[in-house]
Amino acid sequence: MSSFADTLFSGDTPKSRPLAALLLLIAGVLAVVPLAFDGAQAINTAAKICIFIVLAASYDLLLGYTGIVSFAHTMFFGIGAYGVGLACYGWGANWSSVLAGLVLALLAGLLLALAIGVVSLRVKAIFYAMITLAVASAFAILAGQLSDYTGGEDGRSFRVPWLLQPATQLFSIGRFQVTGRTVTYYTVALSALVLFLVALRIVNSPFGRVLQAIRENEFRTEALGFDVVTYRTLGNCLAALMAVLAGALYALWLRYVGPDTTLSFGIMLDILLMVVIGGMGTLYGAVVGATVFILAQSYLQKLMGGASKATEGIPLLPDLLHPDRWLLWLGVLFVLSVYFFPAGIVGTLRARAGQKAS
Amino acid sequence: MTPAIADPADTPKAEDVLAPLPRDRLPLLLIPVLALAALPLVGSPTTWVTLTIAALAMGMMIFVISSGLTLVFGLMDVLNFGHGAFIAVGAYVAMSVLALMPGMTQSTSILANLGALGLATLVAMIVTGLLGWAFERIIIMPVYGQHLKQILITTGGLIVAEQLIHVVWGGEQKPMPLPAGIRGSITLGDVNVEKFRLLAVIVGLVVFFAISLVLNRTKIGLLIRAGVENREMVEALGYRIKRLFTGVFVVGSALAGLGGTMWALYRETLTAAIGGDVIVLVFIVIIIGGLGSVGGCFIGSILVAMMANYTGYVFPKVALASNILLMVAILLWRPQGLYPVAKR
Repeated sequence: MSSFADTLFSGDTPKSRPLAALLLLIAGVLAVVPLAFDGAQAINTAAKICIFIVLAASYDLLLGYTGIVSFAHTMFFGIGAYGVGLACYGWGANWSSVLAGLVLALLAGLLLALAIGVVSLRVKAIFYAMITLAVASAFAILAGQLSDYTGGEDGRSFRVPWLLQPATQLFSIGRFQVTGRTVTYYTVALSALVLFLVALRIVNSPFGRVLQAIRENEFRTEALGFDVVTYRTLGNCLAALMAVLAGALYALWLRYVGPDTTLSFGIMLDILLMVVIGGMGTLYGAVVGATVFILAQSYLQKLMGGASKATEGIPLLPDLLHPDRWLLWLGVLFVLSVYFFPAGIVGTLRARAGQKAS
Repeated sequence: MTPAIADPADTPKAEDVLAPLPRDRLPLLLIPVLALAALPLVGSPTTWVTLTIAALAMGMMIFVISSGLTLVFGLMDVLNFGHGAFIAVGAYVAMSVLALMPGMTQSTSILANLGALGLATLVAMIVTGLLGWAFERIIIMPVYGQHLKQILITTGGLIVAEQLIHVVWGGEQKPMPLPAGIRGSITLGDVNVEKFRLLAVIVGLVVFFAISLVLNRTKIGLLIRAGVENREMVEALGYRIKRLFTGVFVVGSALAGLGGTMWALYRETLTAAIGGDVIVLVFIVIIIGGLGSVGGCFIGSILVAMMANYTGYVFPKVALASNILLMVAILLWRPQGLYPVAKR
């Protein structure tokens, strides 16, 4: 059993009981959401969590494992979403257009990641952060402007293949109807699981070790004979490809692509928050971070709405607790966690488990 | 770094070191070259003059915003991704102050208008300067020398600041009307020039000459330039470079407040995201100019603004993308930016 788990998790098991329990809980709930909850909000939130786990994990590959800050990750996410979305919109709702769109998006993402990497990964981290920020904003604006192709700011709604359409009734088990929505959800969830395990495999491979060595000490890694620029560029490309796949899943789930859902700088900040709060340099951190963040996004607002009403009459407090200000509190949490828990939730849990063991 | 054994032939003689470096004026040529190259594309000369003046005005505003950022980077190796927050706060404070003086802004006397604007800008600069001081103390001080954390923490500061703006001023888009006397344009021959653009050019030039004067003619400027070249050496000579740095950071933040006010007046509307829109251009400018170089920043601002205005007129859909191309082209020519700072 344990050797199977070792193979599955590439030898990088959670190594902390509370963390393992938390991950099991997240996986378990995500597995049964369509069966257990009625209503659209629960299943939408769950699908979004699955997709953002992949996105945050791929970003962690850059930020946590290689020590590169990129602000262009949403660009690749958007390329995946637009690739599938526009292909389905333009070439009809069938599997061949989904596949063609996906392949084109992967190619475009790869080329762009290579180009950015070759131009800017030779220099300092700060330079790379600035250049990716500029390129990503240009891309977002371009996608908004070229409305003949992309639908502009409004984006494009499109039809998905028959099997994934919400109206498709397949069969029922007891009172539970298996619809196209259910199929889409499990496609998204299983793809997310597979992609996550692949990412785990990558970071625990010799290649992943070199990336971490670059993060720790670039100069020494170079001295050991590893070509730092090549490894960084490869890591950058892998992360970009994973983001493209996550974007494709998101497009299939939403049946819509637009700048606001995939390309905006706000989403980039969301990913950053997820990775840092969850824990940089551990992929499990991406799971915890994405789950906590999206639950907060969906449900914290309601909680704050209540708190805001309860504090009515006190100056300033109701404004600070206004439901739209949930990002303020996550921002504060983000700043605090960079100072005090740089390893995030997962790193802190693991360190505690390590202390107990010794 | 290991001390290399000095080869007597390589060691520069004292007079070589002290002799002024030949001024590198090649990047200056880029401005007229770009302007002339755009002329046939734009077509009509009067439109071209209008666009060029608009570009100069916009370039000055971008320069005012980015000069502080580039100096802070050069001096202390800190890149503040939260700079956009100061732009927004400055603009909002100025808006609030202007709203308090309806008499002076609605009067058609230019003197009263300028007085109101001056007062509003002054308050905005004081507020953003103080904010910069707090930001430097609370947010940046603990993470000196750690680039990754700096980027993360200043981005976090940006998120929090943007949300606090929502708390204080509300989230909706606000109008930012120009005072009555500065609205409209003057006609010189066939060319229409908006009055505010002229004002922006004047303010930008004043800031540029003030910064140049301080940097080149005062002791503080000498220390700042020395700190950019070699921080440890200045510290070894007994100067408290941290205090100097805090000062530069405060001035940089105040300049961001000034630039934010100008930018908001130029656009005549205001949202909390205003900083995010400009900061992309500011980063392109800093990369083009060479991280830490004020002169490069000045030229870069004008180039970026020209590119934005010309392509905005000729191919409106690719305005920002054209600036990325400009950046790539310049980096291919000079990988460290137009005026690379010696240390990097």
